[in-house]
Amino acid sequence: MNEALKKDFAAIVGQENVMESEADRFSYAYDAAVLEPVMPALVVRPESREALGRVVKLANENGLPLCVRGSGTNLSGGTIPREGGVVVLTNALNNILEINEADLYAVVEPGVITAKFAAAVAARGLFYPPDPGSQAVSTMGGNVAENAGGLRGLKYGVTKDYVMGVDFFDVDGEIVKSGSRTVKCVSGLNLHGLMVGSEGTLGVFEKITLKLVPPPRSQKALMAIFDNVNSASEAVAAIIAAKIVPATLEFMDNFTIRTVEDFAHAGLPVDANALLLIEVDGHAGQVAEEAEQVEAICRKLGARGIHVAKDAAERNKVWEARRAALSALARVCPTTVLEDATVPRSKIPAMMQALGDIAVKYRLKIGTFGHAGDGNLHPTILTDRRNKEEWKRVEDAIDEIFDVALGLGGTLSGEHGIGIAKSKYMEKETSRATILFSRRLKKALDPKGILNPGKIIGE
Amino acid sequence: MSDMRELLKLLGELDDQLVTCMRCGTCQSVCPVYGQTGREADVARGKIALLEGLAYKMIHDPAGVQDKVNRCLLCGACEASCPSGVKVLDIFLKARTILVGYMGLPPAKKLIFRGMLTHPGLFNSLMEWGARFQGLFTRPASEALGTSCARFATGVLGDRHFPALAKKPLHAIVPSLDTPRGASGLKVAFFPGCMIDKVYPNVGQAVLKILAHHGVGVFLPSGQACCGIPAFSSGDKRSYDRMVDENIARFAGGDFDYLITACATCTTTIKKFWPEYAEQSDQKRRDALDALAAKTMDVNAFLVDVLKVRQDGEAGPRDLTVTVHDSCHLRMSLGITAQPRAVARLNPNVELVEMKDAGACCGCGGSFTLLHYDLAERIGAKKRDNIIASGAQVVTTGCPACMLQITDMLSKAGTRTRVCHPVELYAETLD
Repeated sequence: MNEALKKDFAAIVGQENVMESEADRFSYAYDAAVLEPVMPALVVRPESREALGRVVKLANENGLPLCVRGSGTNLSGGTIPREGGVVVLTNALNNILEINEADLYAVVEPGVITAKFAAAVAARGLFYPPDPGSQAVSTMGGNVAENAGGLRGLKYGVTKDYVMGVDFFDVDGEIVKSGSRTVKCVSGLNLHGLMVGSEGTLGVFEKITLKLVPPPRSQKALMAIFDNVNSASEAVAAIIAAKIVPATLEFMDNFTIRTVEDFAHAGLPVDANALLLIEVDGHAGQVAEEAEQVEAICRKLGARGIHVAKDAAERNKVWEARRAALSALARVCPTTVLEDATVPRSKIPAMMQALGDIAVKYRLKIGTFGHAGDGNLHPTILTDRRNKEEWKRVEDAIDEIFDVALGLGGTLSGEHGIGIAKSKYMEKETSRATILFSRRLKKALDPKGILNPGKIIGE
Repeated sequence: MSDMRELLKLLGELDDQLVTCMRCGTCQSVCPVYGQTGREADVARGKIALLEGLAYKMIHDPAGVQDKVNRCLLCGACEASCPSGVKVLDIFLKARTILVGYMGLPPAKKLIFRGMLTHPGLFNSLMEWGARFQGLFTRPASEALGTSCARFATGVLGDRHFPALAKKPLHAIVPSLDTPRGASGLKVAFFPGCMIDKVYPNVGQAVLKILAHHGVGVFLPSGQACCGIPAFSSGDKRSYDRMVDENIARFAGGDFDYLITACATCTTTIKKFWPEYAEQSDQKRRDALDALAAKTMDVNAFLVDVLKVRQDGEAGPRDLTVTVHDSCHLRMSLGITAQPRAVARLNPNVELVEMKDAGACCGCGGSFTLLHYDLAERIGAKKRDNIIASGAQVVTTGCPACMLQITDMLSKAGTRTRVCHPVELYAETLD
């Protein structure tokens, strides 16, 4: 990049917020996806929303690929920049602008950290339910751009269910307003809906309006132990059929159970083939009644043991096992590939069977855990990316996992996004026309193709 | 070594450790430096990516990478919260050594480590001369805290408020000791460390007073060297090894049940680093280091867990409010948090009040504060605000380096909050 252009960026964000050394640029060449790093030409960190808009405009005027980055926790390469492009960081735009208790909404800048936002909301007696695994570091802008999910998806939905409005910069740096602070709003095109999950390809978020809800008054957690995956899945289906919607309904397979037990010594049954970790919440009376029903259903469908948490400490212990899942798996091998192919929940037994077959066929270690209630499983492949021969098998296995998921009527990604890692499969899930329609849409909004080019729909 | 191939080979040996980082970025939530700058190269994930980039020839600027790798407090918060268990401190200490091997040690550090710290006798005399003449270069800043600041603008001191070097260092007050086991039936070796010897001899005296009170015999050999961590964390493994050797010579043959320090950093270094980074040593040296490490304990932990000191006698008025700062090297490296509080509570006047984020780093990080004072000051400001907000009259911490940093922060804010070590609070109550 020429010096004059660097000076123009420095004039907008201040020289101290321009990073151009090789070491600085390389530290924005990757995200949490297992993909090759790509060097950007410049990294800028605007400290005001106004400066963010001017960065977008300047990038567009010069036809520079622009990658917006919050905390870089993306699992599909959505924040891997384009060679010669600009990375713009949102982490200095981290103000919660408003929490409105009367009208149950909040307005945030894109760089606000998810967990800090949830805590600020909780301090005011309200609840922001989406809880992606990376919430301690992920940003609200990133959550909206990826339509992040989490453990509470089954009952409370995902990020898109909480986005009431998004104000965003178009490529000319002009602010486009969409949505409202009201529950109902039908003014204009549903542009904020278009922004959710757009992975930085259509606009750059300026501020986001989010729905808040009252928190549940009580919770109860229980752990059910099964000797086979099928009965666990049947239990999941039976719980939903009994008109009970647990806040969380999590699953762990035998490989994950054994790995967690090795790591955390939490007293998990290492010979069990499936664990269900279930939490119901709501009014105390309803919670007690539903917990009893869930317990009865699990027993009827062959749970060989059920542990109901008696107090907060025991409840914590149940969830500790689940929280330890990824950590435990990640320690087994150097490289951890975390997938999130999702199927209708009735297809979980078929999906589990297929994952078992794929592990055998490609001679790989695959631990599976995840959100059984919404069919969003996380088959986690444990490997070493430096072993080229094994890595080829990993890639083939991933292809097959996607084929199976799509064959079962599922989707490529429940919550991690498409990015560059899965864009080649998009046409398989949708259609040629879908891709072309999306590309025409992007071309109209971003004629020079500067906004996170290559992501989701290729080019 | 100034050969790029050798650099790449050595970095390549770190590869098995580097590859365990899955780039999840969780370290961003706990890193004090990243918390201030928001820059990826300041957090563990970024530094590990840079070392990998260098090793795999994706980038070609060792000096740039070294600069980033040095911007770290070595507080260990990232390692403690890492989901995939990356040994971050181990990687950074080795990487610093490798990079210094390639780039060479800066002249000032060479003078300090190779010229001074590896020669305990010379270091002591220089510091004594320093203590005698320091009034020429500094002026009092806070009477309550006993700090000074530079009379003239100087490169290193900047606008710091620092406690003066003690007029009489501990080794001049108590040159050596070898007292027999008393009522407790125990005998300990005492390793004061540089900070306690030269800046806070009163902490060392408090330790000795408590040990005598409880009938614990003390072995305090003269001519102790620095524990070595300033050199090692700066990548000067050669000087580090020499300092460790000096200390082995002083301690290895001694008759004692435990080795006690009142410095969190010295304890961590002796207990964890001495045995861990002895890979090129012969069996005899490794055995000596393992034996010393096994006996090494933080003084607070020794008093509470081994001596089982409990407050006896009359209940006090509990009208002295004290807040505890958890030093990173106690909390994260050694898992010690309850014991310093228990020791402070041995003083019947003490009422503990918890500050917000007691376990957050104070920003000192040893030589980090010398090289990145602006950052150290920004991190320290948060700590200072939390201490003041706690309303406590006293802040206490089991680490003299933290004491120095916190004193600087409080003195500059013009507060009169006292800064001390938990053992001082207890020793005050003993006759």
